[in-house]
Amino acid sequence: MKRQPLLVVEDLRVTFDTPRGRVEAVRGVSFELGREKLGIVGESGSGKSQTGRALLGLIAGNGRIEAKRLSFDGIDLLAADQRTLRSIRGARISMIMQDPKFSLNPVISVGEQIVEAYRVHTKASKREARERALNMLSAVRIRHPEHVFDAYPHEVSGGMGQRIMIAMMMIPEPDIIIADEPTSALDVTVQIQVLAILDDMVKERGTGLLFISHDLNLVASFCDRVLVMYAGRVVETVAARDLRSAKHPYTRGLMNCLPRIEGDGSDLPVLKRDPEWAQ
Amino acid sequence: MSVAPMIEVDGLEVVFGHGSRAFRAVRGISFSVEAGTSFGLVGESGSGKTTVLRAIGGLLPQSAHVSGLMRLAGETLGIERSRAFRRRVQIVFQDPYGSLHPRHTVDQILGEPARVHGLHRVDDRIRRALLEVGLDASFRFRYPHQLSGGQRQRVAVARALIIEPEIVLLDEPTSALDVSVQAEVLNVLGRLRREHGLTYVLVSHNLAVVSHMCDQLAVMQHGMVVETLNVGQMRTDTPEHPYTKQLVRASRGYDRAAVETLEEFEV
Repeated sequence: MKRQPLLVVEDLRVTFDTPRGRVEAVRGVSFELGREKLGIVGESGSGKSQTGRALLGLIAGNGRIEAKRLSFDGIDLLAADQRTLRSIRGARISMIMQDPKFSLNPVISVGEQIVEAYRVHTKASKREARERALNMLSAVRIRHPEHVFDAYPHEVSGGMGQRIMIAMMMIPEPDIIIADEPTSALDVTVQIQVLAILDDMVKERGTGLLFISHDLNLVASFCDRVLVMYAGRVVETVAARDLRSAKHPYTRGLMNCLPRIEGDGSDLPVLKRDPEWAQ
Repeated sequence: MSVAPMIEVDGLEVVFGHGSRAFRAVRGISFSVEAGTSFGLVGESGSGKTTVLRAIGGLLPQSAHVSGLMRLAGETLGIERSRAFRRRVQIVFQDPYGSLHPRHTVDQILGEPARVHGLHRVDDRIRRALLEVGLDASFRFRYPHQLSGGQRQRVAVARALIIEPEIVLLDEPTSALDVSVQAEVLNVLGRLRREHGLTYVLVSHNLAVVSHMCDQLAVMQHGMVVETLNVGQMRTDTPEHPYTKQLVRASRGYDRAAVETLEEFEV
């Protein structure tokens, strides 16, 4: 049985007007997101982050978002008024950024920030919100939630900070999580622990996860499907487990130029870019 | 009797701060690096790997308390580093956006170390250094902001090599780069080492990069070396220490089963 996709994106375009002319960051991207882990990979400047941000309208002032269709659960995000968008952002579609150091408020305790995230979207009492926040901190495997609740962001490690961010984004139980390089700043062992939390959310609550990353191995091992972006376009959509046998020369080139632990140390194949890929 | 190793580190300790606030960043580590080989230091953040590299390079703040022995080709290194030492040992830093002077052209950036060390024919050297890292002459009078990240890192490598050092200390040289650019820079580093018989010490959190580049590596945690292994053990996935095994497994990507087996390794 095929369920209705949570999100439908058709011909998404993001353009910026700059003093040097117009820059097209995203040029006609289409995809559907269901209750799955969908990866977007690409190098810097490929438009993967702008694609994720455009879904929530989070684009700089000189930018413009256009699409044939951008619909979430039957709501047309392009036509929606600010009020509707506010009711969706955070509550139904939330976003996890790369670096907790810049995403948490440094002068408010961790617990208060999570409580605030919950109470903005629900009419919960302070006490109830506190209880939920503590539960959520244990859900992201923080061992002494009571202790961490009262801590300030500078008092926690990077891995802990990222788990706190995830707790904050999860607490309103969103339908979709957009995660932009959520684990790139973390050590590998912490990284897979944080991914396990996201994995469980998709499996247990049916959340749709859009996972934006430059790390091909990670995406290949973690996601269900992958969109490969190059110069603002999706050049290939592939099942994550087939990423290593991908067809597009860009995807293959990217996979091949990765050094491998079991490699023999000989020179790495260098990616030769074909101007046609950007067409 | 064989020749002394190029680098010997024996019982190195680095402590930051004093008394109750003292932090032992490096807790008595030892290793040696043969001339012409490449040695990797891997570990997670806070393991002390970069501190070791800075201790060898003489770049720790004066307030740091350093003890233990470090020898360069058999000569014991003191606290002060001579100009002769700097001529032999150069460093390439992680961030090519922060390590090049923004108001100096590539020509000035490369010319300065050559002049500081009193070298002749600076003009020739600049041209040759650029060629060696795969940049043509058109880059010579550009400023760093006119270069991509990969081009900047090539300039940083050229700056290290222009005075013809024997040892290059590499601190996460490709972590800030896209993978396609990383491959190019790693190839340049590998070729230069072969052609000039350089000795490398490479610090990285990326096990694949270290396996690719190094002959031997030390796995660090909490300021100590948990295991020193040769790259063959890495490639055949036969490390001894459980911490190394865990690190290798986590480096291979997401593995739900591995998450359940993760252990905390306390000091």
